[in-house]
Amino acid sequence: MTAAVSASPTAERRPPALALPLLALLLLVSVTAGLAIGSVQVPPGQVWGIVTHALGAGWAEPTWSGARETIVLDVRAPRVLLGAVTGAGLAVVGTALQALVRNPLAEPYLLGVSSGASLGAVAVIVLGVTVFGPVSLSAAAFAGALGSLLLVYATARTGGRITSVRLVLSGVAVAAVLTAVTNLLLLTTGRGNEAREVLAWTLGGLGGAGWGTLWLPGAALLLGIAVLLVQARNLNLLLAGEEAAATMGLDVARFRARMFVVLSLVTGVLVAAAGPIGFVGLMLPHIVRLFTGGDHRRVLPAAALGGAVFLVWADIAARTVAAPTEIPVGVLTALCGGPFFLWLMRRDARRATGPGES
Amino acid sequence: MSASGLDVDGVTLTAGTRHLVRDVSLTARPGEVIGLVGPNGSGKSSLLRAVYRVLRPAAGSVRVDGADAWSLPPRTLARTLAAVVQEQAADLDLTVREVVAMGRTPHKRLLAGDTAEDAELVDAALTAVDAAALAGRPFDRLSGGERRRVLIARALAQRPSLLVLDEPTNHLDVRHQLGVLGVLRRLPVTVLVALHDLNLAAYYCDRLYVLRDGGVVASGPPGEVLTAGLLREVYGVSAEVAVHPRTGAPQVTFLPGAD
Repeated sequence: MTAAVSASPTAERRPPALALPLLALLLLVSVTAGLAIGSVQVPPGQVWGIVTHALGAGWAEPTWSGARETIVLDVRAPRVLLGAVTGAGLAVVGTALQALVRNPLAEPYLLGVSSGASLGAVAVIVLGVTVFGPVSLSAAAFAGALGSLLLVYATARTGGRITSVRLVLSGVAVAAVLTAVTNLLLLTTGRGNEAREVLAWTLGGLGGAGWGTLWLPGAALLLGIAVLLVQARNLNLLLAGEEAAATMGLDVARFRARMFVVLSLVTGVLVAAAGPIGFVGLMLPHIVRLFTGGDHRRVLPAAALGGAVFLVWADIAARTVAAPTEIPVGVLTALCGGPFFLWLMRRDARRATGPGES
Repeated sequence: MSASGLDVDGVTLTAGTRHLVRDVSLTARPGEVIGLVGPNGSGKSSLLRAVYRVLRPAAGSVRVDGADAWSLPPRTLARTLAAVVQEQAADLDLTVREVVAMGRTPHKRLLAGDTAEDAELVDAALTAVDAAALAGRPFDRLSGGERRRVLIARALAQRPSLLVLDEPTNHLDVRHQLGVLGVLRRLPVTVLVALHDLNLAAYYCDRLYVLRDGGVVASGPPGEVLTAGLLREVYGVSAEVAVHPRTGAPQVTFLPGAD
């Protein structure tokens, strides 16, 4: 043991019991802000009055106009909820992906999973395929997500190991090709107006949210979180390495295949609803781990809440910073996420050559 | 903990068309400490990987207490067999205690929480490898030797009856080499361990298997196996072997200038 190592902090990690209630409270505040802030400002008290009234608890006399009620309940509420659901989903998917491919840079957007989902969704819109009725878009996005994830994983893996370099490079390459195909589809289609609309959607945005379409992302999120929480111990095992996980009773190949399907399903549905929003799945897991440590039983719920809070605020910013022009929220998350990615890469490079070796 | 018997019977391992291990048989009776020695690339690690179920044999069988290890459900085997592997762990973000607690996984239902019994087993495992003081430290910040001891503690927390270790004394200083092997020696379980240091192998193991080019060239008690002739044949070095007057174990002294 070197002097530098023995001088490192030996304190037990702070108790994470407070993290979840705090994050839940923060989410409540964020959602309230999301409902209150916009071109028409609604005071938070009134937001609560409108919401509780709509939920049937009429402790407040309706003193607000019908127009305000419409803005809060029909315009902003579905959008804020979709933001929360999408943020939570992307953060949870990113957390699990980082464990499954054993790489801290894994994220649905960077790995081309979102691009695959986009291609699936765009193909359905442009070609007008509706085999599965109203869920056609999500089904195609799911298929695209799974296909691209398997492709990236297969190309990045050599000799049982995935290096960061290969993972990111194959993710970038696959994403570039899929995005090119998507653009090709859009440009060669005869339906000019639709192409414009879809192009805006491919930047990632929550503007298309409505009560009628919210159930599908919500259901996918709940399913994803439930499955991942049940499998949290097994995700932990993967942190120890594939061989070590196998010696502790995990059938690694089968587990990873199943989880890939679940993660692609969640990603596909979310991308179909909100477009490809990048870097949420990269940033949130790492930020959350600073407070909870690496145990997935604690990381997953905290990442879900943190992701929801983050995207609700990102969307508030998207709506207000350049009002009345609305910025696609994916543009804003990339603005924060790109630098974060670079910081993470440098930190890992330092760690690889830093303390711990003796 | 109880002890399991291990029967490796005619195992052949291949990587593509290359043979890593060819027709190797090995037995460990319950409670024995079996050492695997041999030069680099002789197939020690490959053979261990076939035992702990990562490298599937092209021919032959691995049986633990008579049951084919490769047909058991992974979790069932993991309650009997624990391993300390060579592979370097990724970015863990876990405390030492959390890493060791992973060893309890094969004994837990998916949603079951950690019980007081789990906590006791984790404490006992950490104490056994002289790492109780590290419990709250981040695993990432440990030195190589400290990590090794923690990974051995994780295997102990699994409460195996057969323990497989690939070079567990790598990166350890002399005190901890002796400490770790002493712990293995005292455990009431069967141990299969690959070792580089012939003198440590001679002192701590009941029997040795010597591997060269993927085959067993000698096996038996250290005193019978470790001879000057065998060392010249297998390692290509000159050495003198004498029984040490105080330990009673064979003591190998290398003679680098004698060729």
